[in-house]
Amino acid sequence: MNLVSSRPRNLARPSRRYLRRIGLRMSPSRISALLAAGLLILGFLPFVKLGLVVNGLILGSVIALGAIGLTLVYGILKLGNFAHGDYMALGAYVAFFIVDGVLPRVGIEGAGLGPFTFGFPVLIALPLAAAVVALGAIALDALIYRRLRDRAASTAILMMASLGVAISIRGLVQLIWSGETQHYPRESRQVFHLPMDVRIPPDGLFVAVLAVILVAGVYGLLTYTKMGKAMRATSDNPTLALVSGINTRQVVWWTWGIGGALAAIAGVLLAVVQAQLLPIMGWKFLIPLFAAVILGGIGNPYGALIGALIVGVSMELSTQWINPSYKPAVAFAIMIGVLLARPRGIFGDTQ
Amino acid sequence: MALLEAFNVVAGYGETEILHGVSITVNTGEVVTIIGPNGCGKSTLMKAIVGLVRVRAGSVHFRGVDISDQDPEQTVRIGLCYVPQTDNVFPSMTIRENLEIGAFVRRDDYQFRIDEMFELFPDLRRSARLKAGTLSGGQRQMLAIARALMLDPVLLLLDEPSAGLAPALVAGVFKRIRDINSTGVSILLVEQNARESLRISDRGYVLSGGVNQLQDTGPALLDNPEVGRVYLGG
Amino acid sequence: MDISGVIDYLIGFAIMAMIYAVFALGLNVHWGFTGLFNIGIAGFFALGAYTAALLTSPPPDPDQFEDFIFGGNLANQGLLDLGVDAWFFLGLAAAALVCGLVALIIGTITLRLNDDYLSIATLGIAESVRFFFLNEKWAANGSKGLYRIPKFLGDVVAPENYDYLYVVVALVILLILFAAVQRAVRSPWGRVLRAIREDEVTTAASGKNVFHFKLQSFVFGAMIMGIGGALFAHHVRFLSPLTFDPLLATFVIWAMLMVGGSGNNLGAVLGAFVVWGVWAGTQFLPGVFSDPSFRLLMIGVIIVAIMLLRPGGLLGEWRRIVASRPASAAVRDSTDPG
Repeated sequence: MNLVSSRPRNLARPSRRYLRRIGLRMSPSRISALLAAGLLILGFLPFVKLGLVVNGLILGSVIALGAIGLTLVYGILKLGNFAHGDYMALGAYVAFFIVDGVLPRVGIEGAGLGPFTFGFPVLIALPLAAAVVALGAIALDALIYRRLRDRAASTAILMMASLGVAISIRGLVQLIWSGETQHYPRESRQVFHLPMDVRIPPDGLFVAVLAVILVAGVYGLLTYTKMGKAMRATSDNPTLALVSGINTRQVVWWTWGIGGALAAIAGVLLAVVQAQLLPIMGWKFLIPLFAAVILGGIGNPYGALIGALIVGVSMELSTQWINPSYKPAVAFAIMIGVLLARPRGIFGDTQ
Repeated sequence: MALLEAFNVVAGYGETEILHGVSITVNTGEVVTIIGPNGCGKSTLMKAIVGLVRVRAGSVHFRGVDISDQDPEQTVRIGLCYVPQTDNVFPSMTIRENLEIGAFVRRDDYQFRIDEMFELFPDLRRSARLKAGTLSGGQRQMLAIARALMLDPVLLLLDEPSAGLAPALVAGVFKRIRDINSTGVSILLVEQNARESLRISDRGYVLSGGVNQLQDTGPALLDNPEVGRVYLGG
Repeated sequence: MDISGVIDYLIGFAIMAMIYAVFALGLNVHWGFTGLFNIGIAGFFALGAYTAALLTSPPPDPDQFEDFIFGGNLANQGLLDLGVDAWFFLGLAAAALVCGLVALIIGTITLRLNDDYLSIATLGIAESVRFFFLNEKWAANGSKGLYRIPKFLGDVVAPENYDYLYVVVALVILLILFAAVQRAVRSPWGRVLRAIREDEVTTAASGKNVFHFKLQSFVFGAMIMGIGGALFAHHVRFLSPLTFDPLLATFVIWAMLMVGGSGNNLGAVLGAFVVWGVWAGTQFLPGVFSDPSFRLLMIGVIIVAIMLLRPGGLLGEWRRIVASRPASAAVRDSTDPG
C-alpha cells in the first residue's frame, strides 16, 4: 500500500533545484514578482549612473555582513537585536584602538597599503576586532539574554534588553573614544576608472571582495558543517532541535559568535568606506540592516544577502534624484513597501 | 520488564497544572496507546517524559534510571525519541538534512541508517533533495518518524501520528508503526484515533482530566462498552 | 544662588518633568498596557512639537530666513479671539491629530504582522521625521531650527512670569491626560488591552479583534505623545532636528517608564520626576557623572537591569499590587466598545 500521496512535483530541474537548496524556492507568483523587479531595473538602467550602482553594491556588501548576522540571531534566538548596529560600531572602535593605540607601540604603523587608503595595521586589527566582538556578544548572551530565555521572557522583553545593550555600548564607546569623529590612518589614493564613467575606489573593491569571501564562508558553514546544520535546524524548529539532541547552548554561542564577528568586520569596513568613525554610526545603520533582513525574510541568511544588495543599490541610486541624506529613509521606505506587499520577504511565502 | 515507568506524574504550563498524578508503564517490546478526550494531558505526559515539560512531582524512570529532571537533549541520548504532533520536521531543510539532524548525537557514520530509512520509506528517497516544507502531510509524517528512528531508539514516542491525515492514509500509518515495533522498538502512542491505535496496541490507557481512568490490554479496551461509547463513537 | 533663583530652577524642572510625564503616560498606553514596543517616541515628539510650533508661529521675515516659508500664524489671526489663547489649544489638538494620523498609517501596516515589525517601523519613523526637518529647509528652517515660538498668553503675562503660568498649564494638561488614560485603561477597553498584552492568542480566541484594539491603543498613545511634543515646543520655544536625539527624546522616556513601573500610570509620572531629577541633578556633579556619555551608559544599564530583575518596573503594576485579576477573566466579562 502506498500511504504517501504522490503529489505531482516536476520541480526537479537542476537550476531550480539549486535555487531551492539555497532557500529561494520558486513559485509562479515569486517568479513573476522577480521578473517584474528585473524588468523595472532594466527599464531604469539607461537613466541611472552605473557608478552609483557600483557604490550601491559596495554599500550593500557592508549591509550584507551586518544583516546576515542579524538575521541568524533573529531566526535562531527569535531576537530582533537592536544592539547589532552598535556591535558594528564597537568592532570599528576596537579596531581603531588596536590600530591607533596598540600596534604603534610594537612598531607596526602605516597607511596606504598598495592601492588602498588604509594600511597593514587595519588588516591585523580586523580579525582581532572580530574576535573581541564575537566573545563580547557571547558574554552578553550569557549575562543577559540566556537568563531572559530561561525565564521564557517575551520577545518584546528580549528586544527591550537589546535596546538597553545598544544604548550602553554607545555610551561606553563615547566615554572611551569621545563623540568626535575619528579615522584610521589613511593616505589618499587614486580611484580606478572604468568605461561609462564608472569609478571604483580601491577600498570599495576590498570591501566587496572581503564580503564575498565571508558570505561564501558562512554559506559553507551553514550548508556543510554539522554545527551549521544544527543552527539552521534550531532556526527552523527549536523544539524539534532540542528533542533531536542538538546542544542548543552551543548553537546559541556559535550564532552570537558568527553574528558578532561579521558585525565587527562590517563596522570596520563601514569606517573604511566612510573614511570616519562615529559612535552613532552603528545605530544609524540599523534601519538598512533591518530593511535587508525583512526584505530577505527573517531568519534567511541568503535572503538577507540579496536584500542587502537591493537596499544598498537603492540607497545609492536614490541620490541621483533626492537629497543624499535621505538614504536611510529610502531603506525605511523599502522596508515599509515589503511589509505591505510581502511581509515574509521577497523569498518568503505570501501567506 | 518495565522499560518506562511514569509514576504519579504532575506537570503543566505556567500556573496551569494539567497532569495531576498520572502513572503509566511501557514494557520492552510493547506498543502502548494512551487515549482520552482533548485536553486530558496526553501530549503533556509525552513532553514530561522526554523532558520538554518539567515534572513537578512524581517520577519517570527509564530502564531503572530516574530521568524526571533530565533535559530532552539528555533523554534523546539514552534512546527516547519523540515525534511531536505538529511541527515535526525542519521545513527549510532537505529531507536528507532532516535525517542528518535526526542522527545528530550519533558518533558513527550514519549513512547506512539513512539508507535503511530510505528502504523503509521509499518515497523519501525519491525526494531526498526536496525541502521538508514542500512535502504533503503524509510524507511529512513519514519523514518525522524516520527522523526519530535515525538514532535506533529504544522507545519511540509518537504524538498523534494519524492526526490531519486523509482517512485512506491512516491505516497505512498504523501498519508502519506495527512494522517498526516488530524490529524491536517499543512504542508509546498518543492517539485520537482510538479504534485503529488500540487495534495494534498490546495495552492501552485512558486518561481523563489529567488522571488515569482505565487501563487494560488493547483488545479488552476495544471491547469495553464504556470506552466504546465515549471514545470509539459507538 | 538666592531663594528666588532656586524657585525658578525648580519651576523649570517641574515643567520639564511634567512634559516628560506626558510622554511616559503615552508610552505606558503603548507598552505598559498593550505591550506595543515603540522605540521611536522621538518621531512623535518631533511631529507634535513641530506641528504646534509651525501652526502658531508667524511667517518668518524673509530677511532672516531664506528658505523657510511656512508659518500658520494662528496666534495672530484674530480669528479665535475668545478671550483666551485658543490657538494654543488648537495647536495641541493639531499635534495630537498629526501624531494620531501617522500612528494610524504605521499601525495599519505593521500591527497585523509580528510584534517586532512595529518597533522597527517606529524607529524608522523617528529617523525619517528627523531627516525631513533637517533637509526640508522650507518646512522648518532646517538645522537652524525654529525659534521664538509664541508663548501661551504671551501678551498678557510678563516674560519673567511665564514659567509660573506655564507650570500651571502643564500641570492641568498632565492631570487631564492622566485622568483620561486612567479612565481608558480601567474601562472594558483597557481590560482587553491588558489581556492582549498577557496572552494575545487567548484574547483573539475569545472573539476580540486584537488588531483593532492594538491600533486604537497605538493611536491613542501617539496622540498623547503629540500633546507632549506641543507642550515642549511652547515651553522651550526653540526646536531643531537635533532636539529630537534618540537619547533625550526616546531612551530617557523608556527609562522613566521602566523605573516607574509599566502598567502603572502613577508610576509613569513618578518615574518621569525621579529620572529627570537624577538627570538634572547629576549635571552639577563633578567629573564623569555629568558626562553625557556616562549617563547614556547608565540609562542602558538601568534598562537592562530592570528587564533582568523586575521587568514590570520598580513600582510594578498597581493592579498586581492591589488585587490580582486573571487576564482571561478580564476578557470574558468585558464588552467590546467598538
